[in-house]
Amino acid sequence: MNITSLENRYGDDKVYDACGLFGIMDVGGERFSGRDLVTGITNMEERGNGLGAGFAVYGCYPEYAECYAFHVMFTEPDSRSQVEAFLKDNFVLVHDEQVPHRPSELPNPPLIWRYFLRVDEKRIPEDLKGDEQEYVVDRVMTLNTSGVGAYIYGSGKDTGVFKGVGLPGQIAEYFGIEDYEGYLWTAHARFPTNTPGWWGGAHPFALLDWTVVHNGEVSSYGANRRYLEMQGYHCTMQTDTEVMAYAADLLMRRHGLPVSVAASVMAPPLWTEIARMSPEDQALARTLRQVYGSLLVNGPFTVIVARQGEMIGLTDRIRLRPLTAAARGDRLYLSSEEAPIRLVSPDLDWVWTPVGGQPIVGRLGESIEPPSGATLSVANSAYGCAA
Amino acid sequence: MEIVNQRLQIDASGLHYKELNTQLREAVKAGMGRIELRNVFGQRYIGTDLHRAVEINIYGTPGNDLASFMDGPRIVVHGNAQDGCGNTMNGGEVIVHGRAGDATGHAMRGGKIFIRDDVGYRVAIHMKEYEEMRPYIVIGGTAQHFLGEYMAGGVLVVLGLTLRPGERHTANFIGTGMHGGVMYIRGELEDYQLGKEVGSVPMEDADHALLQELVEEYAAHFDRDTNEILGQSFTKLIPLSSRPYGRLYAY
Repeated sequence: MNITSLENRYGDDKVYDACGLFGIMDVGGERFSGRDLVTGITNMEERGNGLGAGFAVYGCYPEYAECYAFHVMFTEPDSRSQVEAFLKDNFVLVHDEQVPHRPSELPNPPLIWRYFLRVDEKRIPEDLKGDEQEYVVDRVMTLNTSGVGAYIYGSGKDTGVFKGVGLPGQIAEYFGIEDYEGYLWTAHARFPTNTPGWWGGAHPFALLDWTVVHNGEVSSYGANRRYLEMQGYHCTMQTDTEVMAYAADLLMRRHGLPVSVAASVMAPPLWTEIARMSPEDQALARTLRQVYGSLLVNGPFTVIVARQGEMIGLTDRIRLRPLTAAARGDRLYLSSEEAPIRLVSPDLDWVWTPVGGQPIVGRLGESIEPPSGATLSVANSAYGCAA
Repeated sequence: MEIVNQRLQIDASGLHYKELNTQLREAVKAGMGRIELRNVFGQRYIGTDLHRAVEINIYGTPGNDLASFMDGPRIVVHGNAQDGCGNTMNGGEVIVHGRAGDATGHAMRGGKIFIRDDVGYRVAIHMKEYEEMRPYIVIGGTAQHFLGEYMAGGVLVVLGLTLRPGERHTANFIGTGMHGGVMYIRGELEDYQLGKEVGSVPMEDADHALLQELVEEYAAHFDRDTNEILGQSFTKLIPLSSRPYGRLYAY
């Protein structure tokens, strides 16, 4: 008997390589179709193995921009009525619909629905009064840990999350990604290492408007997860990357830390580097390691973290996973490789390999500054490429 | 695939790397002397398993592991190279008119790599030499951290030509775990930038002669002035021990 025909229903016999990441942001706020993003990530299809792909987009639901866009995956289709009762009890339901998809050969896609919700201040319990986002986080965690057979995998305002088990091109085709428009997009091609390839375990991972796509392994997953549980975040998606989304929310929203400080929590400078800092910087670096030691993300990683108005690229402190940053006019590109950036924008103002632990940040309304050390790019005309 | 003025041109648009490398293999087997690849966007392993002298000009951005295991051809990249360029390369040349990514010259065993501009992390990691096999890497710009990590042989030159006046190399952990070969870095380094396993020693006549030769080649490829480059002092780094971790695991 051929055992792989039983155990290998997704054909995952390719056993090398790594995840692929791609992100595009227009800091001028111009919305654009997901076409370039799909072109870029499928150029790196080699990096994944078909066991997961996904897309995040910001500014894609202008008609419901003020609503929390809950994207819900039903692993038990019968749970829909229960979930809807829960949502109606806790929120004002403005609109809901099945997430449109095309017919496909993908094995067992779950039912996926999106709900546009408003928070009714009166329904927020006493201990969370005045903090609408904290209430949303609490409700997301409550449903995801309920065991009902449904997961809220996207919950941000004007933020779309589309993901599943397949190659990036297949998942893009399934959800019709090129039909959406946004000013910030991220994409992922998955090569799972330690955890199953299932629809909820595909990237991006999201909470409120945070989304994270990740290449690498969070060796500190257990420590990070236990710490986050004490802060009210519960991991339910069986993939290490989930802790990064919750850590981003805890550090940058709840604790209000700037990106650079959050980056030095997740990818802190080495002790030998701290020893050479000025006394003030040393005090900060030591304090961060004491206070947030449990959120140090150990192991090799590159992530693209995004929220409304911001796209952040970060690698672990010794850069064990690749990241290339580049810019052209108002467009900032982050990618596992340079070629897909060139494919969608042959001419670039600059291109750079970011230093481990130092975030590359694009912000809405702020012009893109080349990082110190970035080399000016070779123009495409010099390449002699056919136009 | 078409032959223009005795040069074979391959339009790589939309070609998977397996297809592209198959075409290359057939062209080299057929005796073609010059091959041009146009519209290259990320195809991996270009030039792998080619075993004779042939010139391959690449226009675009070749993918990871360019020239891996290559033995003989000269590859000229008109653009930037990605990660792992020259991985376990055995012989031949790679000349990049641009920059290259992480782990350039990874485990390289022979041949030469010239990069016009900067490179990423861990360049020349575990590069090695044996008897007459000796690899050379010349970086025109500067390098990021872990330069020459676990380097076991070969010659690594970093010229720093992309640094602005007053700017210094910022790489740390240079030569961590290095146990063979030699590095020449143009400009000065602080002690903390060096790994525990390397030390700086004075340049000797043989070092100057070798540098002269390599810098001349670099200058010829990228139209630079050899004397101007050699006018500044170099730091020579060699391993302090040929077996830095011998005691760690011996029991």
